[in-house]
Amino acid sequence: MVEKPLSQLNSGEKGRVVKVVGDPLLRRRLVAMGVVRGAEVIVVRRAPLGDPMELLLKGYYLSLRRNEAENVFVEVDGKQT
Amino acid sequence: MMVKVALIGNPNVGKTVIFNNLTRGREHVGNWPGTTVEKRVGRGKHKSVTMEIVDLPGLYELTASSIAELIARDYIVKENPDVVVNVVDASNIERNLYLTLLLLELEANVIVALNMWDVAESRGYGIDVKTLSELLGVPCIPTIAPKKVGIEELKDEIVRATQKRRVGGRPISYGDDVEMFIGKIETIILRDARLSKYPARWLAIKALEGDERALKTIEELAGPETLSEILSIVAESRSVLGGDPEVVLAERRYNVIRVILERAVRKREVKLILTDVLDEVFLNKYLGIPIFLAIMWTVFYFVFEVSEPFMKLLNEGFIMLGKLAGETKTPLASLWADGICSGLGFVLQFIFPIIFLYIALAILEQSGYLPRAAFLMDRIMYNVGLGGRSFIPMLLGFGCNVPAIMATRVIKDERDRLATILVIPLMSCAARLPVYVLIAGALFPEYAGTVVFSMYMLGIILAILVSLLARKLVPGLKGKPAPLLLELPPYRVPTLTAVLSFAWRRALVFLERAGTVLFAGALILWFLAYFPWGVEPGSGDSYAGLIGNTLQPIFSPLGFDSKLVTALVFGFWAKEVVIEALGILYGVEGEEEIRSVIAASVSPLTGLAYMAFVLIYVPCIATVAAVKKETLSWRWAAFLVAYQLTLAYAVALIIARLGSLL
Ligand SMILES: Nc1nc2c(ncn2[C@@H]2O[C@H](COP(=O)(O)OP(=O)(O)OP(=O)(O)O)[C@@H](O)[C@H]2O)c(=O)[nH]1
Repeated sequence: MVEKPLSQLNSGEKGRVVKVVGDPLLRRRLVAMGVVRGAEVIVVRRAPLGDPMELLLKGYYLSLRRNEAENVFVEVDGKQT
Repeated sequence: MMVKVALIGNPNVGKTVIFNNLTRGREHVGNWPGTTVEKRVGRGKHKSVTMEIVDLPGLYELTASSIAELIARDYIVKENPDVVVNVVDASNIERNLYLTLLLLELEANVIVALNMWDVAESRGYGIDVKTLSELLGVPCIPTIAPKKVGIEELKDEIVRATQKRRVGGRPISYGDDVEMFIGKIETIILRDARLSKYPARWLAIKALEGDERALKTIEELAGPETLSEILSIVAESRSVLGGDPEVVLAERRYNVIRVILERAVRKREVKLILTDVLDEVFLNKYLGIPIFLAIMWTVFYFVFEVSEPFMKLLNEGFIMLGKLAGETKTPLASLWADGICSGLGFVLQFIFPIIFLYIALAILEQSGYLPRAAFLMDRIMYNVGLGGRSFIPMLLGFGCNVPAIMATRVIKDERDRLATILVIPLMSCAARLPVYVLIAGALFPEYAGTVVFSMYMLGIILAILVSLLARKLVPGLKGKPAPLLLELPPYRVPTLTAVLSFAWRRALVFLERAGTVLFAGALILWFLAYFPWGVEPGSGDSYAGLIGNTLQPIFSPLGFDSKLVTALVFGFWAKEVVIEALGILYGVEGEEEIRSVIAASVSPLTGLAYMAFVLIYVPCIATVAAVKKETLSWRWAAFLVAYQLTLAYAVALIIARLGSLL
């Protein structure tokens, strides 16, 4: 298991949220939308211009900017990179 | 008997369709006091009970940091509706129930409408309604709003619920550690009678979460000692819970939801969903943006080209009507023909692009494409200090600024919306094009195309600069764009009636609000052009000409003579008029002739500065009226006029000075 910011996941990669940090307002919005500890998140794709990214979590699609996704740390399977 | 029913739910869950089903179309649309958030109230009747139904804004949570959320929560706490119908998207139930839990905390008399039941089934969700109702402690009714499935049951349940008011209900437990702190704060709140009008447990939870509004209420009603007592418990909870209480609470709510869903919902695996297939195309790395541009082109064409013949026809109709008064020899006949009729024609013609715009927007919104457009364009817009949702309104600005400003309704964040409204007028609208074409054609016959194009680019560059600057300096706009956190809902086929009724209602609202301001403006300009009575209308001897002559010295550093300045005065009404006014001022008729007088009497440098000025200074009174309507304040409208005049002057001056150095 490796821990890294959600923003570093590639399309198709899956992770489990371990913590959400950063600005209180943003964090509050994130957790209300279901980005909470333990939630499983799949990165679906990035926008054609490279940002934002689209996620699948709790059965719905949510998009976040890179600088927002940087505040979400996820656990992914695999070797340390 | 009259009962108050509030409708609440996440965005895009079918709340509007449910509202229409409950009210049968009798409704009143306005704004929540002091805000631009739309308020819809309707009446319905069921089994001799009259219901007043209030549609609350679509939202995900109930914090104190968003206007829409404050409106909803204040309404529930202070107006105390008899029933709160929580519309839930059953096909996205996990996230939707988060709001349900917040409503239960508020001790509202909740009924859950499990809408999109058909979608949930097709996605393989099997929801056991009875178990779900038991676990939540409130009635749940499956509905498919557009097919009116479950609506009668929902009405029955509303009537039943008004008869036996749920008192407190069974609170949902967030775990012993959290409950201990909630309990401690609740005890303090219960001790103080001054706080008794708020649900105690709710206020305790909000205080624990550090909600600014809740803490302020406690301080104002119960005093600073009580507040600091509570704050010390909050501080203690932080170390015991191992994190911010608000984050911990949100996690616990999702835990509660998971436990509920484990017992009440069975999920079958469903392979491919249409939305996933469509997104492979619409959000494709290579196809996404070309498709977006093609869709935007279509919208543009539809809104501006299709409405043009209608606008012309209407305008001509009013001119004919004006002629009914016969020769405009008397002030009264002129008031009728040149003031009232042409003013009405001017105001009413906007109804066409506005209706077409709202039809296009409703289709984009209901189909689910609008958030995807924001997703595609967000990167560019974020870099200029706005968000993805600002792109479409700004693009529409190239057609006409008025519908563009109305389209900013799709921007959820208030500050992002204001910032967008303030830069839209820099998008060079179609009415400015004839001015460029004429002047560039007269003074730069060889490079007319390039000159016109550079005016458009100048507008875009200035819009970027103004936006970046405004977000650094202007109070009320300062700060970064709001977080994106954008939901991409499934694609849906828009319904014709919903699209048309939406467009029609909005167009009426435009007429009501902006129409009066606009009409008054048109009459004032008529007066300035036609008086003192007997002068050649719009000429140097009219009041407008006098204003032009008086203002001219201010503009002499830019090289504008009094004729050019007077034409600018008329340009306040509408940019097309600038050319007409120049014709009258120079005493010539027809484009060709105007072109040759301009070529003879204006230097290329002055022409360039003049075009830049026309681009930047206030587009027209209709735009100012739209800004007033959409910001609900003369302050922002005045700010727009002030900054645009200053900027126009500065840019024209730079052009004139730099040019004279070369
Ligand atoms: N299949 C299906 N579609 C539905 C159902 N309810 C609503 N819709 C569709 O979902 C779309 C969104 O519905 P609206 O009523 O506009 O949603 P809303 O909650 O008012 O949305 P906002 O006002 O933007 O928050 C519309 O195209 C509806 O026709 C349903 O039960 N089943």
